[in-house]
Amino acid sequence: MIYNYYPGCTLSTKAKKLDVAARRAAAVLGFPLVELPEWQCCGAVYPMAPDAIAERLSAVRALAAAKANGGVLVTLCSACHHVLKRVNHDMAANEEICRKVNNYLQLEEPYHGETKVLHYLEVLRDHVGWEKLAQQVKNPLKGCSIGAYYGCLLLRPGQVMTMDDPECPNILEDFIKALGAAPVKYSMRNECCAGYLAVTDKGMCQRMVGEIKSNAAGMGAQKLITACPLCAYNLVANDTANGLPVQYFTELLAEALGVGEGGAE
Amino acid sequence: MQKIGVFVCWCGSNIAGTVDVAAVAEAVRQIPDVAFATDYKYMCSEQGQAIIRQAVQDYQLDRIVVCSCSPRMHEATFRKCAESVGINPYMVEIANIREQCSWVLKDKAEATAKAIKLAKAAIAKVRFNTPLHAGKSSVVKRALVIGGGIAGIQTALDIAEAGYKVDIVEKEPTIGGRMAQLDKTFPTLDCSACILTPKMVDAAQHENITLYTYSEVEKVSGFVGNFDVTIRKKARSVKADMCSGCGLCTEKCPSRKTPSEFDMNLKNRGAIYIPFAQAIPKVPVIDRDACLKFKTGKCGICSMVCPCDAIDYTQQDELITEKYGAIVLATGFELLPLDKFGDLGWGASKDVISSLQLERLTNAAGPTEGHLVCPSSGKEPKSVVIVSCVGSRDTTERGKTYCSKICCMYNAKHAMYIREKYPNVDVTVFYIDVRTPGKGFDEFQRRAVEEYGVHYVRGQVGKVVVDGDGKLTVFASDLNSGRHLMLFPDLVVLAAAVKPAPDARKLATMLTASIDNDDFYVEAHPKLRPVESPTAGIFLSGMCQGPKDIPETVSQAGAAAAKVIGLLAKDHLETNPCTAVCQENICSGCKSCAHVCPYGAITYADKQIITLNGTREQRTVAVVNEALCQGCGACTVACPSTAMDLKGFTNKQILAEVDALC
Amino acid sequence: MELTDKELAQQILHLAGTDVKRCIQCGRCSAACPAGDKMDYVPSRMVWELVNGNGASLVKADAPWRCLSCFACEQRCPRGVSPAAVMEAVRLTVIRKQGANKLPAESLENYPADMPQQALVAAFRKYNK
Repeated sequence: MIYNYYPGCTLSTKAKKLDVAARRAAAVLGFPLVELPEWQCCGAVYPMAPDAIAERLSAVRALAAAKANGGVLVTLCSACHHVLKRVNHDMAANEEICRKVNNYLQLEEPYHGETKVLHYLEVLRDHVGWEKLAQQVKNPLKGCSIGAYYGCLLLRPGQVMTMDDPECPNILEDFIKALGAAPVKYSMRNECCAGYLAVTDKGMCQRMVGEIKSNAAGMGAQKLITACPLCAYNLVANDTANGLPVQYFTELLAEALGVGEGGAE
Repeated sequence: MQKIGVFVCWCGSNIAGTVDVAAVAEAVRQIPDVAFATDYKYMCSEQGQAIIRQAVQDYQLDRIVVCSCSPRMHEATFRKCAESVGINPYMVEIANIREQCSWVLKDKAEATAKAIKLAKAAIAKVRFNTPLHAGKSSVVKRALVIGGGIAGIQTALDIAEAGYKVDIVEKEPTIGGRMAQLDKTFPTLDCSACILTPKMVDAAQHENITLYTYSEVEKVSGFVGNFDVTIRKKARSVKADMCSGCGLCTEKCPSRKTPSEFDMNLKNRGAIYIPFAQAIPKVPVIDRDACLKFKTGKCGICSMVCPCDAIDYTQQDELITEKYGAIVLATGFELLPLDKFGDLGWGASKDVISSLQLERLTNAAGPTEGHLVCPSSGKEPKSVVIVSCVGSRDTTERGKTYCSKICCMYNAKHAMYIREKYPNVDVTVFYIDVRTPGKGFDEFQRRAVEEYGVHYVRGQVGKVVVDGDGKLTVFASDLNSGRHLMLFPDLVVLAAAVKPAPDARKLATMLTASIDNDDFYVEAHPKLRPVESPTAGIFLSGMCQGPKDIPETVSQAGAAAAKVIGLLAKDHLETNPCTAVCQENICSGCKSCAHVCPYGAITYADKQIITLNGTREQRTVAVVNEALCQGCGACTVACPSTAMDLKGFTNKQILAEVDALC
Repeated sequence: MELTDKELAQQILHLAGTDVKRCIQCGRCSAACPAGDKMDYVPSRMVWELVNGNGASLVKADAPWRCLSCFACEQRCPRGVSPAAVMEAVRLTVIRKQGANKLPAESLENYPADMPQQALVAAFRKYNK
């Protein structure tokens, strides 16, 4: 099984930590990530309008490249995952969009949504398995109470994103348990951090971050983990009060597997 | 020569609006053996039928074709009409020129041409009709009611009062159903148990009623008037005839880890338990999955303290077979499980409860003796929020598309319970619409607002956040003012959708009763036959047929009972004569037919056959049980030699229809 | 040529691609919206205006620019309507017009250096064409 990998712009630059840890961990766990030789920025937001064809092309190029290689397409960044998965769904389900995109791209083989888009967490859950993951853990995170921060893009809309139940998700909590830590569930874990509004409405972002962090801390979380570089940024830069530390889930994973920053390669 | 009469109906404008009925009559009039053809506005009416009778007499007609609506509507009507003037009722054929013609086509020329073709096909078929005679089957004068809630109890009482024997099979250890869990009932606010328990006692004591509690229907075969049912009496591990109902065992049981189903998981019960104080029969049951004796071999306290020596750990399930003439489904409902509603706080806080859970909290016989307290703290709430339509009117995967009907009323009821007992507690009900169509219902709900000061806000709740101290924050809309609200109640009540009992589908399969995608049993006709299943001999009573409140349930229970009584009052039933028949001299005994028969109506017998060559031979041939055969025709298709044929729909008749059309 | 209110609404509806007639005005979307208290037209009101063909009031609303694009409204709608799609359709209808961009390039001057570029890309794509 080839695990084609789409890192996305932010992971290649400002969120390198998320990417490097992920690759190390994947290698150890037996699903080495093969970065697509050519990829472009996915666009950061999913183009909702049915006539937005150009905005979907970049995603389709990545999807088609993965199809050509065979195997699945793995993503890490919540935003990229959201864009790629939803565009993939359009290619399979929306006849007009599929036709127009294929007409423009003139790929060797037309693309109809064949590639399976998986989030890194899905690979851990469905291909590796929590039990097997737990067995590989060298440094169990004992005594840590960790709150999973899902944000909005990984889970919604549930009918397309399908990774987990959008209102009662479990994948990150199961992940935390597999690493030996104690997951802390809290109501605000699937509420939006305000995302790109950090640029235009900082106040809104500060409010959301405040509500999310105080809710998590109030339920006993000592740290938050997330999969999205923008969430990770907002949760720290727009935190006016709390100070609850935030990490990428892959950093935690790498640490637990003994291939973290300070650990061996 | 045959003399066929053809009668083309206008059906008002339903057919005549799209089909030139006069032209159809004219076209068939030209056929040599059609002795009479006419068209008329309403063939099924008194006058229409009079026309048929007159024509039969005037033209000595020996067979009839009616071009009209679907035979499902009036085949029986025209058969009776023919019989009344001396023509065998099975010498009548219906050409459906409404549902299959005028209702699906728009162009008059096209529709008329099709109607003529359909008429000609019916005429071609009727040429091969032969007189058929309905058989007789007996009626076992005993009814089975599946489900012992108010619907089942009421139906059984009405049937028993009419003098017939009736058995109630209830899967819980006691009869009573959901009403036993309720506190007070709308719109009169009388105590539920007070009006239910007398009926429970009546049912238990009636000489014509037998109760099978902690029992389930395992197998059903047979047909209307003659159902064979196997009932599994699950082992209670208590000898019912020795038990005095003292309840000592339930008090002394050391296992306290099982959530009580009756108390909606708000309290635990023992492994040996009686669901509630007025249970009938008042005989405990051992939940073997929770019982220490069954799990580890240790304990046995109940047996030691029992003054009647009634505990029997070796007791086994018992299978009982019984014959019934009619079966009534009264399997009731449950609330939609809310595990997909994490956005409303379900599962994140003990203080986010369902409506049935609130009912248990306010009930004086409930887990808190009627004190309204927050399950998390045991303290009285200062404010309560009630959320309507949780999972109802919901077209997404997590909900049900229908309106659950009872929630608007019970929300008002709950709000008034709380305000009556705790006038300082603030109650807010969030609603989309308020639906109060019954007698006195609107006035009831308005009292909540006008007399009891309940805040009714039009708008829904979007999120319930639980914080580290267990405090709840409710985010809701006030659409009338356009405001976004944030409330901090101590208790949130979710009015969950109702849905049929989880084993409804299994039972439907067992009885071959129609069931819809929401697992409600389907009625034979939504307006005219609401308590009968399309399957003959099966009747429907209560919530299992659709959401309804107690007044409607009791009405429907009586209606179902009336239908059963009508059936059981007959000494015999007429069976459908359109059954399969085997032409023995061409049957090879290959047994293909029995394999496809869904009713188990075909067996085989060794017979002496005179072959087509005139010789005698011993052969195994198919034999059709005419009482079991429903005339589906599957065997006639499976049969490789055409030995199997279907009376009333013979191969010759069908081929004649095809020839006429092509 | 100026479009009539109804024509504008039709255009927005086409761009939204969601069946707004299914809406029963329950208000759950508005309640779920994190920015609901900051909007002049909450999500359920936006849908209502669209159902009634009030194109002009939709494009004048401030709400689409407060929207987080978090899809909570779409997820929690019991009728399968997407108020998020309506918000997006109104945004696009506005910014696809020449000179109607909402985010001036000068605002980049104060852009924190460590902010992930995806925020920049996302914001400019939502507010500008």
